[in-house]
Amino acid sequence: MTTPEAVSVRLTVNGTRHSFMFDPRTTLLDLLREHLDLTGTKKGCDQGQCGSCTVLIDGRRVNSCLTFAVMYDGARITTIEGLAADGALHPLQQAFIDHDAFQCGYCTPGQICSAAGLIAEGRAKSADDIRELMSGNICRCGAYTNIVAAIQQVMERS
Amino acid sequence: MISFRYARANDVADAVRQIAGDPNAKFVAGGTNLIDLMKMDVERPTKVIDITRLPLKQVENTPGGGLRIGALVRNSDLAYHPQVEERYPVLASAIMAGASQQLRNMAPTGGNLLQRTRCCYFYDTATPCNKREPGSGCSAIDGQNRMHAILGASDACIATHPSDMCVALALLEAKVHVSSALGDRVIAFAEFHRLPGDTPERDANLNAGEIITAVELPPKGFATNYTYLKIRDRLSYAFALVSVAVGLELDGDTIKDGRFALGGVAHKPWRDPQAEAALRGQPANAATFAYAADVLLRDAKGYAHNTFKIDLARRCISRALMQAARGTPQSQSSKKIA
Repeated sequence: MTTPEAVSVRLTVNGTRHSFMFDPRTTLLDLLREHLDLTGTKKGCDQGQCGSCTVLIDGRRVNSCLTFAVMYDGARITTIEGLAADGALHPLQQAFIDHDAFQCGYCTPGQICSAAGLIAEGRAKSADDIRELMSGNICRCGAYTNIVAAIQQVMERS
Repeated sequence: MISFRYARANDVADAVRQIAGDPNAKFVAGGTNLIDLMKMDVERPTKVIDITRLPLKQVENTPGGGLRIGALVRNSDLAYHPQVEERYPVLASAIMAGASQQLRNMAPTGGNLLQRTRCCYFYDTATPCNKREPGSGCSAIDGQNRMHAILGASDACIATHPSDMCVALALLEAKVHVSSALGDRVIAFAEFHRLPGDTPERDANLNAGEIITAVELPPKGFATNYTYLKIRDRLSYAFALVSVAVGLELDGDTIKDGRFALGGVAHKPWRDPQAEAALRGQPANAATFAYAADVLLRDAKGYAHNTFKIDLARRCISRALMQAARGTPQSQSSKKIA
């Protein structure tokens, strides 16, 4: 086995600039959780199948488990910890509470980041559209009905 | 995952120079398939060349009236591109039928063509697989083969190609532009992916050291009478059991020209000139469509767990052709099948 050559990377995470040196195998998910202690982003399947690791890179929702962090040198990352502003919950966070849109809560950070991406994309017009465009986020508690209602609430008010 | 050296390429010439002569190097762009396979130790590159900074992100009109899609255009950007939505809606629909929005936001056009099969034995390094380890045998032939091929398979491999986008690109007769240190060439889409034969380790007719730079669509887009119908185990975010892309040109109720391509049934998107010939000049009705389906499936062969796919494919073809003829394409949002 060869010794990994460390790579240097700069990222802006939730508005704060960071510089790192790390093994190029490091995924963005592991960087957030292990290097920055931002454990809101969850590791579920680690294979891009569950969506619990969803974060926004330059405003677009992606599966952070399927990225090498080094590929996003210079990018702006937003995680669940970065959505609330000035001590107030993000409208999606409030809507998830209003609609009881979670049970165990493990998938919720990914659901909310994914919903923020969905709203920014501006493509969802109906509940059917929301369900389809949120299909990359699995909820094993089955809170889907309330998740769709929560997202609809924010879409209607924004 | 084994250790690797990370390198960045600045332009196409730099990329092909960096990969030339290194059989253990891989390009990475979206990473959605490669990183997954690296975690499973199925792919073990010792050098990974990041091509995300290459200037291959444009969608441009071609002088001939077609559309040239840069290899790094992300799947979601392509599906939502106004020209694609308007002129090639079957491509937009097929893209939206695949993966999840997070993955479509990452996965680029070129990488979609090169994604590997989702056969569970290919992913499981504890089992024989001729695609992963040539000569080791095929575990799927007598194993869990519910998702596997019913057309064009061999004794060495019965895997399917997982892409939805490629089914539409086969229908549209796209061209794949590639570059290498030896120069540029263009590959017809039908010639791009391979049947397994006795070399299932080779998915595509792409040589070592070559990079996909663009996918070109010819002018004909079948924007009026088309559909992409995908049948899978759940309503979204699952690979196809069977999918059908259709493009028809109608003259009243008569089919002037008709094409259909299947996904989920073979090692490559499946088209059959004989089956399409059975459409031309015929009335656009259920009898014509059922006959064309029978022609396409004449040599279909099932295994222990996937013989249901033959009948499923027959019904999907008929339904999809009818959807296209009626101008009522399958919605990828509402899952009701028209």
